[in-house]
Order: sequence, then C-alpha cells, then structure tokens
Amino acid sequence: MSHSGSQALAQMDVHEHEHDSHGSVKSYLIGFVLSVILTAIPFAAVMSGSLSSSTTFWTLVTTALVQIWVHLKYFLHLNFVTEEGKASTLSFIFSALIIVMVVGLSVWIIYESNAMMMY
Amino acid sequence: MSAITPATLHALEDAHEHADHDTGSNTVFGFWLYLMTDCLLFASFFATYAVLYMNTAGGVSGKDIFELGFVAVETAALLLSSITFGFAMIAANKQKKSQTLSWLAVTFAFGAVFIGMEMYEFHHLIVHGHGPQHSAFLTSFFSLVGLHGMHVTAGLIWMTVMMIEVTRRGLKPQTVTRLSCLSLFWHFLDIVWICVFTVVYLMGAM
Repeated sequence: MSHSGSQALAQMDVHEHEHDSHGSVKSYLIGFVLSVILTAIPFAAVMSGSLSSSTTFWTLVTTALVQIWVHLKYFLHLNFVTEEGKASTLSFIFSALIIVMVVGLSVWIIYESNAMMMY
Repeated sequence: MSAITPATLHALEDAHEHADHDTGSNTVFGFWLYLMTDCLLFASFFATYAVLYMNTAGGVSGKDIFELGFVAVETAALLLSSITFGFAMIAANKQKKSQTLSWLAVTFAFGAVFIGMEMYEFHHLIVHGHGPQHSAFLTSFFSLVGLHGMHVTAGLIWMTVMMIEVTRRGLKPQTVTRLSCLSLFWHFLDIVWICVFTVVYLMGAM
C-alpha cells in the first residue's frame, strides 16, 4: 500500500518536474500575449512618430529588453530553481556580459574616435 | 533466495531512467552552450552594423528603404511560429505523435512565410539598385539580416528532418531530446530577431 503510495508521489514529482522544465500551454500563452504587446508598443511608437526622438529610443530599448526577458522565461524556461535551469541561466548571464563588452565597448571606441577625427 | 526483489528491480529501472534523462539533459545543455557562442557571432555582426550604418556612401539610408508594415508581418510570423513550436514540444513530451507532427508543420509554414518575405525584401532591394555592394550600410545590413535568415533556413531544414524522424521512429527519448535542441534553436532565433527589428528596422526608421 505504502509502496504504491510512494510510487504515486514519485510519479507526481516527475510530472511536476516535466511541467516545470518544459512549460505548459498556459505559460506559452502568457509569454505569447506579453510578446505581442511588447512588439506592438515599439512599432506603434515609431510608426505614429508622435513621441520625441529620445523618448522613442528609450521606449524601444526598454520594450526590447523586457521582451527578451519574457522569451527567456516563458519560451526558453530559464530559471534558478532546477540544477539545469541554474547552469543555463548562468551561462546566459556570462554570455550577456561578454556581449555587452564586445558591442558596447566597440561602439564606444569607434564613435569616440570618429568624434575626434571631426575636430 | 530471491536476490532480485521487485523493489531492487524498480530501483534499477529508476536509476536507468535517471541516467537516460541525464544524458538527454546534458545534450540539451551542450546545445545551449553552442547557442551562447552563436550569440557572440550575432553580437559581432550587430557591433559591425552599429559602426557602419551611417556610412551610406551618398546612397540610401535605413529611413529610405525600410517598410515597417512589412517588417511587422514578418515579426508576427516568427512570433506565431515560436508559440506553435511550444505546443509541438508539449505534445512531444506527452508522446502525442500526430499532434506533434501537425504543430511542427504549422511552425514550418510560419517559418517559411518569414523566409519567403525576407527573400522578397532582399530581391526587391537588389533589383532597385540597393544591393550589398553599394555602401558599408547596405553590406552590414545584408550581412546581419542575412545571417539571421540563414539560421532560420537551417532551422527549417532541421525541422523537415525531425518531421521525417518522428514519422518513422515515433517519439523515443532520443528523438524528444533532438526536438528539445531544435526548440531552443528556434526560440533563440526569435530573441535575435527582437534585437534585429529593434536595432535595425525601428531605430533605422526613427
């Protein structure tokens, strides 16, 4: 009796685990709806042209960053809960750091040298 | 003298299943690490674009050639393909073969719409004399967007292979692991596209 009970528990555990790491219909739908909103806002901002140029720029940057986070959470299931999730999330954060350095510093150096050439 | 009781058998099976699962998740993690290096490839293309986009050599700039309505439809196709792939993975994890195949087919169709539209855009630009050889801006634009397009094309070929594999062999653990890798690849490309439409198209048309 107790054996079948623990088996049922183990099954539930496996099920929970699968649920966690592969996502459910609900989590995909939440991710999708958020993505649609976060795509519509920047497109509307640029196409209507009603906002000032710096406001538009920061709207684009913010919605893009939030949408990347939504995709990572709801579609790629990055998390800090499971061992695998931790390893994937940490390797992503490391890559993001390298990318910020490669892109950010390159752009900074080139734009500064461009500005210095002008004067 | 029953050395092997049902309980030990059960434990053995458990261990075996666990080992199987571990191999699968190692494969998926390894594929994720590959994707992270792919991120760096895209990052260097983005850096190149950010440096060169103002150098139009007296030709067209982003403002002249980008049609945001067109890009919005492309984005919608890719986003829809992401959620349909999610549904394919849910079906695959539940061992529903025909459901998995239909969702994969829908995903493939959306992906093909995206690639078709991108090829139309490139062809349209080249025919109107805005090919990649005309300015540093156009070179970096074609390289960056083309690199993403090549990845999506590779994803479509891989998806075709997976549909054949699922049809012939069903949803064995190894096949589901392969599908999981493709799913990471596909969702990853959608994230890269967020950066492309924000940095190239929207900022270019501002």
